[in-house]
Amino acid sequence: MTEATIEEGAISAASAHKVLFTQKYGWVIPLLLGAAVLLAMLASLCIGAYPLPFGRAAQIAMHLAWPFPMPSNPPWNIKELTVVQVIRLPRVLLATLAGIGLGMSGTALQGMMRNPLVGPDIVGVTSGAAFGGVLAMLFDWAPAGIIAMAFLGGMVAMFCTFSLAKLARGESNSMILILAGVFIGAFFLAATGLVQYIAPDSVTRTITYWLLGTFVGADQQKVWMIAIPTLCGGTMLMTLRWRLNLLSLGDLDAKTLGINVGVLRWSIIALVSLIVASQVAVSGIIGWVGLVVPHCARMLVGPDHRRLLPTAAMLGGLFVLGLDDITRSIVKAELPVGVLTALIGTPVICILFWKTQSKGWEHE
Amino acid sequence: MNSNVVHFEDLGHAYRPSRWVFQNYNAQVKRGSTFALLGPNGCGKTTLLKIMLGALKPTKGTIKVEGRMAFVPQLFHVTFDYSVLDMVLMGRAKHVGVFSQPSAADEEAAMASLERFGIANLALRPFHELSGGQRQLVIFARALVSEAEILILDEPTSALDLKNQIVVLDWIARLSHQDGLTVLFTTHHPHHALAVADEVLLMLGEKAFACGQAGDVLTEENLHALYGVDLKLLPFEHNGLQHETLVPVLPHLDRKKRDFGEGYKSHA
Repeated sequence: MTEATIEEGAISAASAHKVLFTQKYGWVIPLLLGAAVLLAMLASLCIGAYPLPFGRAAQIAMHLAWPFPMPSNPPWNIKELTVVQVIRLPRVLLATLAGIGLGMSGTALQGMMRNPLVGPDIVGVTSGAAFGGVLAMLFDWAPAGIIAMAFLGGMVAMFCTFSLAKLARGESNSMILILAGVFIGAFFLAATGLVQYIAPDSVTRTITYWLLGTFVGADQQKVWMIAIPTLCGGTMLMTLRWRLNLLSLGDLDAKTLGINVGVLRWSIIALVSLIVASQVAVSGIIGWVGLVVPHCARMLVGPDHRRLLPTAAMLGGLFVLGLDDITRSIVKAELPVGVLTALIGTPVICILFWKTQSKGWEHE
Repeated sequence: MNSNVVHFEDLGHAYRPSRWVFQNYNAQVKRGSTFALLGPNGCGKTTLLKIMLGALKPTKGTIKVEGRMAFVPQLFHVTFDYSVLDMVLMGRAKHVGVFSQPSAADEEAAMASLERFGIANLALRPFHELSGGQRQLVIFARALVSEAEILILDEPTSALDLKNQIVVLDWIARLSHQDGLTVLFTTHHPHHALAVADEVLLMLGEKAFACGQAGDVLTEENLHALYGVDLKLLPFEHNGLQHETLVPVLPHLDRKKRDFGEGYKSHA
């Protein structure tokens, strides 16, 4: 008896070649992007009203990162050191960490919800965190209180989104989850508006500028406020990155593969909420990054989250840092970076949406 | 070691109170056997599979499943364009620590599994560009690499052409007889069950079922009761071996005369 075999289906050589490339060289891309982020950070230290050569900025940065006392006769003057240490470095670190966190959060959410059109701002976590933050501002709480309230708001919003989807018996249906996220996000945005309305004029002005998303006023304290949650949450997400592949197959399939779907999902929600809340607490709403960056990263290294998550993190850092450089150099009035991410993110996502739809996403 | 890997007693499920999909079902699935579940649409085949997989709790009765399960769904869609190797590698989930990544040994196991099914050449191709039959084999390879003892398949041949249906049935028989896996599958084709299943459960109604050896259960009377149409059981010989198959009987059609009888005239 002849052995039955499956006939080869129609497979495009181009897509097979692309998969082969990403499978073989996928690790090189996040490493190269990591190096690009470091270079971009050094370059960003030179940008601003006070001109600073690249070499000098690099020397000062090396000195600040080096845990040894200052040389007796440093090649830089005190003014240059102050500009880098007090003004530019906190801002550069803040922008980079915010971008890294948003890139990772968006990728994790898209994988978890099996939908490439999801981002932290779409499932309500950003609005929830913003509401928590403005509430803390209304009561004039300390920065730690703002971050705690933003985290609480983000978690509550995510909990409400999943509970609403569960009520509609669609907690494993990504479209129902997104709709629930839109409803909950709208509610928290309205609540944020209410807080703005009842707040005194001086607080309202601060809240409005903060909500637009900006890195103005970056300092060491804010850097710690975003660095600890982003690095801790990001490291945890990195260890779970292969599990995101499994989660992206759907609940039943992931469960039969031996995954505790509920625990894994809530762990990811908690980590994403922590990262997004810390970003919102220090720099307000910076939308679209978590939606656009994972798409671009997927085009570079493919959908495997083992390579995708670090790529999206680096790309996110590069994207937000680059946009912040633009806002503080090209535009003299210092445009809030959240406005620029939305202005750039919207057409980019439209193009990506059109391109991916013309190729045909597989939907549930 | 118990010879039954799945054992259910007085099993019943209702999605709404007192709206039973089925109840009072009893059956055992023997280790290393091939077990087919047959029934018309809506009789609860997939519900019964979900209960076995632990995705649904039975409304009443008890179910015991002994052994690691792997599930092959009816339609397999992936949102993201994973490569075939990535898909098979996911079968190693139980062997990879929660905070770890798959090792080179896991990748080798995934490649060996693909080779076993003769599709190692597809390893780096995008999964969503494969044909239905190729996808089914990839999911089989994933089940095998997971080192599951029980393979549960939901209508594995439903979306396949005839050739691929035979390939899949051939693999079901091989996985059971060569690898010692217990294979449990649902189907709408009684002749597929007759061809490969050792035992069969016919889901005849809410409380009515027939369970036993395929030859004893897949009778013309039982199948008439199940589907409400006539099927003829035909014995035949092939390569010196005795086989049986089922063919539908169209009551008004005389194939020799190519004449459509009275029953078809109203449609002319």
